Amino acid sequence: MLDFLRDLLAPNRPRLMIRPDNAYSIKTPLVPANSVAGRSLVMVIAIMTFLAALTAGAATLIAEASSDWRGEAATEASIQLRPTKGRDIESDLATAADIAAKTHGVVSVKIYSKAESEGLLTPWLGQGLDLQELPVPRMIVLKLDTKERPDLSKLGVEIVSAVPGASLDDHHIFISHLGNMARAATMISLFIFILVLIALGIAVASATRAAVATNREIVEVLHLVGATDHFIAREFRRRFSSLGLSGAILGGGGAILFFAGVKLLSNSWRATAGGDQAEALFGDFSLSLTGYGVVMLLIACVAGLTGYLSQQIVFRHLQRLNE
Amino acid sequence: MLSFENVGLRYGVSPETLRDITFEIAPHSFQFLTGPSGAGKTTLMRLIIMALKPTRGIINIFGKDTQRLNQEEVTATRRGIGVVFQDFRLLDHLTLYENVALPLQVQGREESSYRAEVTELLRWVGLGERVTAPPSVLSGGEKQRAAIARALISRPKLLLADEPTGNVDPTMARRILRLFVELHKSGTAVIIATHDLTLMDQYDEARRLVLADGRLHIFE
Ligand SMILES: Nc1ncnc2c1ncn2[C@@H]1O[C@H](COP(=O)(O)OP(=O)(O)OP(=O)(O)O)[C@@H](O)[C@H]1O
Ligand SMILES: [Mg+2]
Repeated sequence: MLDFLRDLLAPNRPRLMIRPDNAYSIKTPLVPANSVAGRSLVMVIAIMTFLAALTAGAATLIAEASSDWRGEAATEASIQLRPTKGRDIESDLATAADIAAKTHGVVSVKIYSKAESEGLLTPWLGQGLDLQELPVPRMIVLKLDTKERPDLSKLGVEIVSAVPGASLDDHHIFISHLGNMARAATMISLFIFILVLIALGIAVASATRAAVATNREIVEVLHLVGATDHFIAREFRRRFSSLGLSGAILGGGGAILFFAGVKLLSNSWRATAGGDQAEALFGDFSLSLTGYGVVMLLIACVAGLTGYLSQQIVFRHLQRLNE
Repeated sequence: MLSFENVGLRYGVSPETLRDITFEIAPHSFQFLTGPSGAGKTTLMRLIIMALKPTRGIINIFGKDTQRLNQEEVTATRRGIGVVFQDFRLLDHLTLYENVALPLQVQGREESSYRAEVTELLRWVGLGERVTAPPSVLSGGEKQRAAIARALISRPKLLLADEPTGNVDPTMARRILRLFVELHKSGTAVIIATHDLTLMDQYDEARRLVLADGRLHIFE
């Protein structure tokens, strides 16, 4: 069909062979890069992703630490003996330990010596306090078989009847408090996480609307040369997905660096007494592989969500124009 | 293939720009659309490509009432019409190659299936050296030829050209006219809006549709 054009418009030129010409190709996105408030949107997305990653990371940290504690606490029980006048505490300890050791499901029994029991208190009472005069309670720590747990309530009754002034603590109150606290912390993190995502959505939505308004001319030309609303909306998604990806990588990467930095700091604290306490509470602060996985997933989600959202908004907008 | 029945159009609250327009365009036909500046030639073309809705009357394109078309049908119809806009409407952020390829790109076709054709067409309209240039650096006449190439690339059944020779010298104007005539002979229906009398005199077999005072007068 095009042959005659050549003769008309370039009558004196030698006939050109039609050959696949790879020198030229479509590279420019149809939604111009500079027509979107790109840099500020990338910054907003980066900050939002950073905050979302922090809350998600904190939630996994808490969840993991609390399950560690709970696991540890559940494998242990302790018998406390308060010194009472007129009784030989050492022989009472031996009796109680004997009863416990004979119970099915108790793996090992360890009587804390007087010095060890006092040692347990020093972090809370401080050093240099003379505990000689105080009636420091004594402890027997039982390691429990996790598969065949002993009947602790029966054991408790037996010990109290044999040794007055003794009490068995199976840590269940501690464990359930811990569980509740961890759940509450996770819920709060989740709530903040959702708020951050909503804010992110609002930012993307308004940037998309602005971009459609700036590119009205282009959208009209695309319509007139036969583009569907779906096609145009997809072009906007391409633009916004790539903005979303840059922002998410910046923010998510920042969060990973943040967690790595905290881990380094906590390592250098470890020698100090404060560090010990913090470590006892939070493990070694390091985000587990799951935590990093969550951040990676978040990056992908933010990029995908940004694109998807802008595509939907553009599509709806175009559909409204058609009415 | 195209018919208007008592079509009227007004912009906002002003008096009707087009009044009781009734005409038909046959397949393979060739017509000039003329009339003084401001008569409504561009408006009429915007009605045909459904960039505007008529205030009254019926427009049929390719056998279908435009009021009753759904979105997909509107798009399909537009793909059958090539338009050279009076103000070109090239996209400045794209290269010439990308501009001309646009009607095929938006159809979702594989680029490899039309790459050669686009570059050939650009060469044929004398823009072979400017394939990667953005439209903003081109002269008026070069833009016009790029706009023509974009209108032709998808081999439309109906070609609308709004002042296609407004920015070129008389020799190029003659060539472009011959191009449209050849296109018409190869089966395309052509409507050229112009107020260039000498251009119309060069092809006096063409129908003339003359717009004046909002009404259309037809000279077969
Ligand atoms: N978007 C618009 N809003 C209001 N009035 C408009 C609009 N577009 C065109 N008009 C008016 O409609 C009338 C017809 O305009 P149109 O562009 O169709 O004329 P034309 O015949 O193409 O003129 P020209 O030969 O100068 O290109 C003019 O009076 C113009 O001012
Ligand atoms: Mg006009």
